This record gives sequence, C-alpha cells and structure tokens, in this order.
Amino acid sequence: MSKVTLDIDHVARLANIPLQSNEKSTFSKQLEETLIYVEKLEEVETKNTEPTSQVTNLENVTREDVASPSLTQEEALQNSKSTYNGFILTNAILEEQ
Amino acid sequence: MLNNLTIAQAKKLLDQKKLSSSELTKFYLDRIKKLEPKISAFVTITDKEALKQAEKADKLISQGAKKLLLGIPISIKDNFNTKGVQTTASSKVLEGYIPPYDATVVNLLKEEGAVIVGKTNMDAWAHGSSTETSDFGSTKNPWNIKRLPGGSSGGSTASVAADEVVISIGSETAGSIRQPAAWCGVVGLKPTYGRVSRYGVIAMGSSLDSPGPITKTVEESAFVLNILAGQDKFDATTSPKNVEDYTKNLNQKISDLKIGISKRYFDQCEKDVKDSVMQAIKVLEKLGAKIIEIDLFDPQYAIAVYTIIQRAEVSSNLARYDGIRYGNGRDKFGEEAKRRIMLGTYALSAGYYDQYYNKAQKVRTLIINDFKKAFSQVDVIIGPTSPSTALPLGASKGHPMFGEMADVLVEPSSIAGLPGINVPCGLSSENLPIGMQIIGPQFSESLILNVANQFEKNTDFHKASPNI
Repeated sequence: MSKVTLDIDHVARLANIPLQSNEKSTFSKQLEETLIYVEKLEEVETKNTEPTSQVTNLENVTREDVASPSLTQEEALQNSKSTYNGFILTNAILEEQ
Repeated sequence: MLNNLTIAQAKKLLDQKKLSSSELTKFYLDRIKKLEPKISAFVTITDKEALKQAEKADKLISQGAKKLLLGIPISIKDNFNTKGVQTTASSKVLEGYIPPYDATVVNLLKEEGAVIVGKTNMDAWAHGSSTETSDFGSTKNPWNIKRLPGGSSGGSTASVAADEVVISIGSETAGSIRQPAAWCGVVGLKPTYGRVSRYGVIAMGSSLDSPGPITKTVEESAFVLNILAGQDKFDATTSPKNVEDYTKNLNQKISDLKIGISKRYFDQCEKDVKDSVMQAIKVLEKLGAKIIEIDLFDPQYAIAVYTIIQRAEVSSNLARYDGIRYGNGRDKFGEEAKRRIMLGTYALSAGYYDQYYNKAQKVRTLIINDFKKAFSQVDVIIGPTSPSTALPLGASKGHPMFGEMADVLVEPSSIAGLPGINVPCGLSSENLPIGMQIIGPQFSESLILNVANQFEKNTDFHKASPNI
C-alpha cells in the first residue's frame, strides 16, 4: 500500500473552502484515511474495462430551442443579498491594468 | 381511530365526508406538535400553508374533484425546492433560502392535491446515513429516541414511522431512502435512476440521485410512484420509457419467481438481522419462489467506488454555493460537507484523476456487469438492507466513512442505477426494526413491488409501530 500524501492547503484552495488552522490536521488525517481505504480498487483488474459515467444509456438529449415561461427578474434576484438595478452585485474579479 | 392511516384509508374517510382535510391536517399538526420535541423530524413546519392547502382540498372534494392525494397530509425532505417555503438541505449555507420554484416532484404532488405539512430533516446536503450531520441537530428514531433514524432521509422516515404524516418523499443517492426506512421500520422505494425527475432537488451525486416514496405499506409505495414517475423536460436524464401502472401487478403470484441471495450480503450482519432476513426469504419460498445462491461482487469494492464518485460529484455540485445569488458563504459548510468537497476536489485534481476517478468509473462498469450476469440467472436479489439495526446517537461522530459502512449493502445497486425497496421484516431483541431489500434490474419497479407486496400480505411486520 502506497503512502498517501495530501497537501491540505492546496486542496482547500482548489475547493475554495476556508479552513481554520486547527481543522487542517484533522481533515488531513481523515482524508488520507479515506484515500488509503479506496486504494482497495487497485486490487481490481480493469485493463480492458471502459469507464461508466452514466447508467441511462441516453445520449444527445435535446429539445426545441424555444422560449418558455421562466422566473421573473424579481424572483431570480429574491435570494441575493446584494443587488443593483436588477443585477447581482459582486466584487470585481478582474483587476484594472 | 385515525392512527396509522394509509392513503387509501384517509381517502375513504375524506370521500365519505366522515372527516374533512382540514380536520385531518389538524390531527397531524397536533401530533407533530406533540412529538417533535422528542424526535425532531422536521426542519420547517408549514402549518399555515398546510391548513390553507387543506381548505382548498375540502372545497375541491365538495365539488367532487378526483385527485390521487387530494387532502392527504405529507412531508417532503428538505432538499426538494418548495416555492415560497425555506429549503435548506439541513445546511446553514442555505438557511433563509426561499426557492422561487417547485421541484418537479413537488409540483406533481401539489397537482394531485397533497397537503404539505413540512420539510424534513436530513444529513446536511444528504451527506450521511445518520441524520446526525444536519446543521440543525439530529433526528431521533421513533422506536427508541436514544437511537439514530438512519439517513440521509431520516427525518422523512421518522415522520412516517411516528405517524406525523401519511407519507413522505425522500431521495436516495446510495442508501438514503432504504437504510433509514430499514432503521425506522417503514417501506422505502429507491426507483431506477432516471425514473423520477431530479429537477429542483438539491444535487448531491448527479449520476446517482433518485427521489422516491416513503410509506407505511407497499401498496402506497406503488401508488405514489405512479404520481412521481415519468420523463421531465427539465431533467434530461429522465427516461422516455413508458410509465407503467405500478399498482397493477401487486397481487401477481410469485410461484415462478427466482430469488438470488449472495452470502457476501449476510457475512457482516448482526445476528438478528441475518436471522430475520433469512426467515423472510423462507416466507417467499413457501409462496413458491425458488431460492438460488449467487456470488455477487464483494460490496467492499462498491464502497470504494461510491466514495470516489460521490465525493467527486459533490465537489462539483457544491461549487455553486458561493453566497452571491442565494444562500450564505462557503464558511458555513459543516465538517462533513467540507470533508467530502475536499476529497472530491483532490480526486479530480490534476495528476490524480486517472488514479482515483477514472479507476472508480471502471470498477463501476464491473459492478454493473456483475448485476447483469446475476439477473440472467435470477429475477430479483434479496438481502438485508443494513448490516445493523439503528445505532446509538453519536455513532457517526468522528467516522469519515460512517455512511459508507452503514450503506455497504445498498451501494452496489445504487452505483448500477437499479431500483430497490426496503420492507420491514422483523424486530430485533432490542425491539428495533429490521429491513430486507428487494433489488431488481433497471425499470423493474413493478416486479419488486409485487414481491414486496406478496411478502407484506403474508406477514404482519408492517403493522408494528413504535410506542411513542
């Protein structure tokens, strides 16, 4: 069984999960425990097996591209804490040059 | 006289004008008021809205309207969007969120006149098998309030077991209907993936999630599936296959039935569970069914597959919660959600995708093929639903894979998208319910409901109810 190493800061950043410093070692340990458990899968031979991503066997499900009644602007915004002129207001994500 | 009413019994009282829906709804709201301090099955009780819906139902009944659930009080798991009623999935991230639309399932139930008395508690985001990871506190098992109800639909199954409602609606990703149904002693049906729409259900594992009914009897399960099943233009994974009348074959004889049992599914079970389920299989054998030993893939591998696929899908699905459009910030995620999101993120991250996610998807194929092979020899597979009866409160704490262990016997069939039903089949020496599950091939709901109903008709286990 291989040794699992996990950089908890890196994973938390990718997952956009704010962690308290006291949580880091607990999560680190628990995630490593789980990863060691799933290593069980390495015992299963899958060289000639295709992966399954869905079980419905449905493909290319499409519909007519026609508009139908939907949420009003008011309804769509009703749960946002910060709106302006019918838009959702967020912090800028691009910096000015 | 109103105790443990089935849908048919309640409808009869309403149709014969012996009782109004308003009276019936008040009866259940009173029970909820009395029992909630003990079991906490609900996150939100919608008493005012329910009484309004009941009044409307009474008006329709007096006009002679015929709808399948007209005036019948029900509860709905808190991960179904309900227009105008707070929907949290038992997470503080969604505390205060008021959906502007109804989930398709909720819409279908409302169209049939159901009276929704409240939203039931669950493991936060449906992450778990105890209801203990709810950010609003654990639900307790009505059979013994020091025990867990199971989960994640534990609030729903507890509300049915405690007779706080006639029926409830839950959802299962891998065990979340069947396992709490087993621990609470009620009937829980997980339909084939794609049979019931996921639109408006807060997503957990999108390739697995299946909404389904939680009832006191098998007949009601079939009756409610008739309402829920069908293609939905808002969920492209719903099947275009025709919807059968699931109540039609409930009384077919099962004398030609071939039942598969796999020793592996009994190996890790408590003795009482093993004995009860074996007894139950003997009942079916007496009705003429043939028992055939089959060798299924070790369910331990299904745990590993599920752990990877589910966490990966969770990390993707829960990425949308940013507190900008609705809900609160990501700092409000509870411990279990953080753990699952991070594990999934890791499994999908550059350099690890093949090792974890792709590998799990390949083993998923092998599990599906394994079931296909089994169903070429037998019609249904029967086994225990959960290896144990309800565990004590606190049992899930500090165990990052508690859910997987409690769901070891339901995960393989979920991964394969198969339908399965839990039927109560005994009580343990500690007076806790034991459940057996009947699994069939994709879209074999009629058959497994038939087998479940034949068992129920020839036994009395469904009549047992907790003394609460």
